[in-house]
Amino acid sequence: MTAVPQPIPSTAPSGGTLLLTLMKLRTFIALFAVLIVFSILAPNFMSTANLILMAKHVALNAFLAIGMTFVIVTGGIDLSVGSIVGLCSMVAGGLLMNGLALPIGYTVWFSVPETVLVTLAIGILVGVVNGLLITRLNVAPFIATLGTLYVARGAALLMSEGRTFPNLAGTEAHANQGFDVLGGGRFLDLPYAVWALVVVALAAAYLARSTPLGRHIFAVGGNERAAGLSGIRVNRVKMFVYMFSGFCAAIVGLIIASELMASHPATGETFELNAIAAAVLGGTSMSGGRGTVGGTVIGAFVIGILGDGLVMMGVSSFWQTVIKGLVIIAAVVVDQAQRKLQQRVALLQVARQS
Amino acid sequence: MSPDHDVVLRLDDVSKAYSGTLAVKHATIEVRRGAVNVLVGENGAGKSTLMKIIAGVEQPTLGRIVLDGETVRFPTTADAVAHGIGMVFQELNLFGNLSVAENIFATREVTRGLRGIDYREQERRAAKLMERLQTGIDPRALVEDLRIGQQQLVEIAKAVAQDARILIMDEPTSALSATEVEVLFRVIADLKAQGVAIVYISHRLEELIRIGDYITVLRDGRVTGQAGMRDVDTHWIVRQMIGQDAKDFAKGVGHRIGEVIFEARDVSLPRVTGGLSVDHVGFDLRAGEILGVYGLMGAGRSELLDCIMGRQRLATGQFTLCGQPITRLDTTGRIARGLALIPEDRQREGQVGMLSIAENLTMASLYRYVRGIHIRRKAERQAVAGAITDLNIKAADTDLPVSSLSGGNQQKVVIGKALLTNPKVLLMDEPSRGIDVGAKADVFLTMRRLAAQGLGIVFVTSDLEEVMALSDRIAVMSNGRLTALMDRSDATEAKVVAASAAGHAPTRPSPVAPEKVSA
Repeated sequence: MTAVPQPIPSTAPSGGTLLLTLMKLRTFIALFAVLIVFSILAPNFMSTANLILMAKHVALNAFLAIGMTFVIVTGGIDLSVGSIVGLCSMVAGGLLMNGLALPIGYTVWFSVPETVLVTLAIGILVGVVNGLLITRLNVAPFIATLGTLYVARGAALLMSEGRTFPNLAGTEAHANQGFDVLGGGRFLDLPYAVWALVVVALAAAYLARSTPLGRHIFAVGGNERAAGLSGIRVNRVKMFVYMFSGFCAAIVGLIIASELMASHPATGETFELNAIAAAVLGGTSMSGGRGTVGGTVIGAFVIGILGDGLVMMGVSSFWQTVIKGLVIIAAVVVDQAQRKLQQRVALLQVARQS
Repeated sequence: MSPDHDVVLRLDDVSKAYSGTLAVKHATIEVRRGAVNVLVGENGAGKSTLMKIIAGVEQPTLGRIVLDGETVRFPTTADAVAHGIGMVFQELNLFGNLSVAENIFATREVTRGLRGIDYREQERRAAKLMERLQTGIDPRALVEDLRIGQQQLVEIAKAVAQDARILIMDEPTSALSATEVEVLFRVIADLKAQGVAIVYISHRLEELIRIGDYITVLRDGRVTGQAGMRDVDTHWIVRQMIGQDAKDFAKGVGHRIGEVIFEARDVSLPRVTGGLSVDHVGFDLRAGEILGVYGLMGAGRSELLDCIMGRQRLATGQFTLCGQPITRLDTTGRIARGLALIPEDRQREGQVGMLSIAENLTMASLYRYVRGIHIRRKAERQAVAGAITDLNIKAADTDLPVSSLSGGNQQKVVIGKALLTNPKVLLMDEPSRGIDVGAKADVFLTMRRLAAQGLGIVFVTSDLEEVMALSDRIAVMSNGRLTALMDRSDATEAKVVAASAAGHAPTRPSPVAPEKVSA
């Protein structure tokens, strides 16, 4: 049913627009709120060391959430990212520790850059599988990526029979030393992981705002049939977003493996839920067509800072979980309220003009 | 008016506003007991909206509904049903995954207390209904396995089974064969004798005159005429429908018609439920020519356009654009070669409602403003400004969502999107549906202008007057077949109407499987 403009007292519009602006900025407001609250309540919270540490934590979720944002904007979902993180960290670990044993009895060793490229390719490959399932075989995104969630996790466990690859330092003989730089290295006091996030986030924001592919992603999510009729190759767009999501997950897998200098097959479990939460908190609409990279990154920061701050305050981890859930629900409730208000303001503007 | 039928339902000064448009303006309508109350008007005149108000699907913005002398409100369809109002919807409202019997008794299941639904009883009653409608449809057959005409009969059976006092039929015959129509009319006569008030909506004037007792004519949301059927004739109806001031059809500017730029040969499209929804259709289109495709709902016109655009994988046939075969290209490829479609359903296929006016306009032609991978804002904005001026789109700010515009301006945005791709052939599916008179005139003017610039235009319409006024040549489709293709100078309204029924003629058995359907 179509909304009909309601008679609203004449003072309402200006109040409405102010409220609307506040609601639009809610993620920012939430970010400042958590920063202020914790800087008062938690000692050392605003120290440089702590802020850098938090940024590093947040970066991991932010990578996944950026990839997830594009997927959700097209109207899909990618549940497999956590498993891709685990699989990719195992791939990187396996290649560095054991090399690639060919069936002819010869083992190929990869240098660190080669290992990184192979790992990224694996992440993209899982994305390709997701994309093909969804576009060619018409599997619902939820189910397709649920399937790859299990398959990728199983593959990660199979690679080591469930064991950890304990030492990724590499050897001089195999010329594959130096993997620790990725997770441990710093530039201008900031970890590489954070710089990588800056690069990926800027690239993703540019893609979304200023390239045809970005437009197509939003068009597909807003109205797939209309997009197809406008000459947009819907299937290619969908393939891209799942591949990009896989790529982001592979980055996270690499960073975690490099930080720990070890890879464990259970790495990344439930990461997909945090990524979805960050995207939604940042204003991405689960029904597609709406979302911004900037909002998602801020959303990831809110969730990350909330978690770390509560830990520093000594709040029990059980309560942390409850609070995180409440914040997400509140975000979506405000989002719905904003959309309703926006519609009303828009209708009022139209009514004024005519 | 004859006093032998008393008024059972009255819509009193009812108006209905949607965002952007006023669909019904101060309409007062009376529905009489034991009679067929006909409602007629052009597309977008507000007929379906009025009926939805009676059936509780929509609420009137202003005005009231009076039933048996008392003011009532129908906040939901269930309330309307409780008051004895049944409706056969134009868009079929059936559950394809359920059986015929289950559909007929949906929400009114025959139950046996705790032992659940009495399927056998439901099927028995459904079979009786089917017999009454002389269809021979198996009550256990799944609805999605039936062809459209049969589904329409099930929809009718469903409404009849409700024992409604007021039965609304919105274009019930649009997909029925001639014999099925006869059966339906007999059922209507039965119901009339039982005192049921029937509201009958149709575009087929001959039908209305045959079975109607009272007639109400709507134009642009207003009631323009109300009379007993025996007091009026076709001329009166048409005059009330169209109005004294003839519609502002832009006149041809006398440009030359050029070479053949598009050919379709032997186009066929199978229907899921058997038969062909497009049946070996072929035509040529010349540069600067407007080809009007007339036909009733379900004649296969939209499907034909879908085939041309490459949206139907099962379609067969050959297409040539400017001498180049394009049969093997997908939709994107065909758009790049110079085809463009303006779809019938703006909301679902034409626009992305949540994106801005500007983003919608340039959606199909983005490649024109791109350097490398970068969209040049300036070039894009120029294109948007150009389209806004060319098409006379009334928009305060092109960054607002396209859904904030009125229907007519939304339609212009969809047309602008197609034109920005610089098409050579433009396909328009019901370009004037659901938009107001002023916007219609603008759209027609644009069509003339484009034809004068050498575009070939194929436009589909169910509006007889429109097809006669705008076309250089007229094609008529009926039941999937191209039943006539004539120059405007040879065409008469009678010829066009006759051809639009030819596909259902009993002389040529339709290529549909036998009526009997088994589960």
